[in-house]
Amino acid sequence: MNFFDWPFALEILPRLLDASLATLGIALAGFAIAVVLGLFLAIGRRSRQRWLSWPITGLIEFIRSTPLLIQVYFLFYVLPNYGLQLSALQAGIIGIALHYACYTAEVYRAGLDAVPRAQWEAVTALNMRPWTAYRDVILPQALRPVLPALGNYLISILKDTPVLSAITVVEIMQRAKNIGSESFRYLEPITLVGLFFLILSLGLAWCVRRLENRMEPAR
Amino acid sequence: MNTPVQPDGTLSPTLGPEQPEQPEQPMVRFAGVTKRYGELTVLDGLDLDVQEGEKVAIIGPSGSGKSTLLRALMTLEEIDEGVIEVDGEPLTHMPDASGRLVRANTRHLRRVRGNVGMVFQSFNLFPHMSVRQNVMEAPVQVLGLAKSEARERAEELLAMVGLEDKLEHFPAQLSGGQQQRVAIARALAMRPKVMLFDEVTSALDPELCGEVLNVIRRLGEAHNLTMLMVTHQMGFAREFADRVCFFHQGRIHEQGTPDELFNQPREDRTREFLSAVNEAS
Amino acid sequence: MTELLPLLLQGAWVTVKVTFFGSLLAIACALIGALARLSPLAPLRWLAIVYIEVFRGSSLLVQLFWLYFVLPMPPFNIEMSAFAVAVVGLGLNIGAYGAEVLRGAIRSVHQGQHEACQALNMTPATRLRRIILPQALLAAIPPGTNLLIELLKNTSLVSLITLSDLAFRARQLDQATLMTLEIFGLALVIYFVLAQAINFAMRRLERHLARGRMRGGLS
Repeated sequence: MNFFDWPFALEILPRLLDASLATLGIALAGFAIAVVLGLFLAIGRRSRQRWLSWPITGLIEFIRSTPLLIQVYFLFYVLPNYGLQLSALQAGIIGIALHYACYTAEVYRAGLDAVPRAQWEAVTALNMRPWTAYRDVILPQALRPVLPALGNYLISILKDTPVLSAITVVEIMQRAKNIGSESFRYLEPITLVGLFFLILSLGLAWCVRRLENRMEPAR
Repeated sequence: MNTPVQPDGTLSPTLGPEQPEQPEQPMVRFAGVTKRYGELTVLDGLDLDVQEGEKVAIIGPSGSGKSTLLRALMTLEEIDEGVIEVDGEPLTHMPDASGRLVRANTRHLRRVRGNVGMVFQSFNLFPHMSVRQNVMEAPVQVLGLAKSEARERAEELLAMVGLEDKLEHFPAQLSGGQQQRVAIARALAMRPKVMLFDEVTSALDPELCGEVLNVIRRLGEAHNLTMLMVTHQMGFAREFADRVCFFHQGRIHEQGTPDELFNQPREDRTREFLSAVNEAS
Repeated sequence: MTELLPLLLQGAWVTVKVTFFGSLLAIACALIGALARLSPLAPLRWLAIVYIEVFRGSSLLVQLFWLYFVLPMPPFNIEMSAFAVAVVGLGLNIGAYGAEVLRGAIRSVHQGQHEACQALNMTPATRLRRIILPQALLAAIPPGTNLLIELLKNTSLVSLITLSDLAFRARQLDQATLMTLEIFGLALVIYFVLAQAINFAMRRLERHLARGRMRGGLS
């Protein structure tokens, strides 16, 4: 038996690439929601209203210290009992988005904390409403420096999408497993999937580093 | 040649008149030492001999290469040209089989470097060790001293710098002046022949300088240590040093006894520097 | 409820064991990886870079599947129990992240510490062992704690290679009893409690190691 069956690898490549589109789509969708939701969580957590900030703080801590897999199970298996039927794909995307929103919220928090106090005093002195102050003064300053950190979470999300194979979402890992159980060859499909993630995450990490370097002179 | 004459008028029996005069071996010798950072020449063909037991103060404007001189002697900086000798042995070079000087290997470097101790501007104490452990660490790990012996040595030295009641404290619990005194004890525990003091009071509040300078002063009186210090404390340099060197643009611009240099400087640059320092203080 | 808990706790015990042994391996890998990465020998550095990038870049689940499905096959013929695969996979994966954390911590030790060691004529090995590493390890505890919690969460993935850990028991019970909310809710709570235990233990460790000293002083 060959060490690595190249013809077989080439033969299954189209099927894997086809499933990789699902992986990319899930990752991007989850990331997009997480980026927006995380910002709201971060602002809510900073609120002076305790009824708002405390539950958000608790939620963030809880979600960050429990596994994505169980959270996805929760969405997929528990919610239908209460009338909310989600498809595996929907449950997967929402699970990833919720999980990573709690991480991006912490990134935003660090960015907001880094805005000098004087800026807050200035918007108070100008009698701006909180929402206007955030939108026009605080966020533009807080967001730029956190972009690389957000980019790193896109990489994390991408590498976590295979978890969704556990609820039968057909992404690249699930497809590889299927190929493996049909052909009894696991080496080629699983190695190819590993290479797929490796190339993608190295490429994205390179982009993040460039983004970091480009931002440095401005700061 | 003068014949030594005893007070009672007889000739000294110990020294024959034919004996050639041995030039005294300097403890530290810089010969044509050059150090460059890219375009910038920090040490420019520097020559300097320091005799055993001599106390040399090095003054001069910042960026003139004063600290680099000490750091080169401690082998913290590599030099580009020239030779540094400690106690008659080349430091950065060593003779190869044919007697030619080649770059020193690590073993040679470590052996010769053992003669030199250094105290830094920023103390550089080990933050995870108590005061006593800080002083014991190198004697145990480097010299291979027994723990009990190292502890005795550490306690003796810490008593000398007036910190016998801080043995179990950690550096962060001490004032800057106290930390610097620990650093002096730590360097002395290695029994160096040459001690280097690199702006040791520059990081201290003015009221804490005195305690550190007092320790150095006592050290100079009690031991035959060779000492080189880079300092901005002109008053201390004047009273303490045997010789003061004014450093300018990588060279020793002028040197002499404290009286010569401070009271009758010959060079314009020296005068300018001294008057600028006087105005500032 | 009362009949669920014993089985879930059985699973949790497996989770704890995988976390514990995985952590030990991860710490060893992190230490070796970081030292090799900072080594003056170029081949060692390259090996470390390959290890770190491959294990960080190609998704953990892919690595677990690779160890579980590919390794027993020819030409490798290395068959490991699911438990061994879990420990090895998690250890190598988190160890790669840990190597980068530790490398950063080693490089963050003040330059003056290196100079002081040289002035005291210490060998590089003594300097590393006695002076640099103790300071770097302390600095690495907070990011290291986050990595250990990641490891705990990631143990849930070993249920997908048939190890009967907490996540596996939860799925199994769910299929048997249909008490979905209770099961997954309890599982989440157990993971949360375990994460807090790691947090607590690491804080205690940090405080113990840091007694008497403050960080960020002049020294």
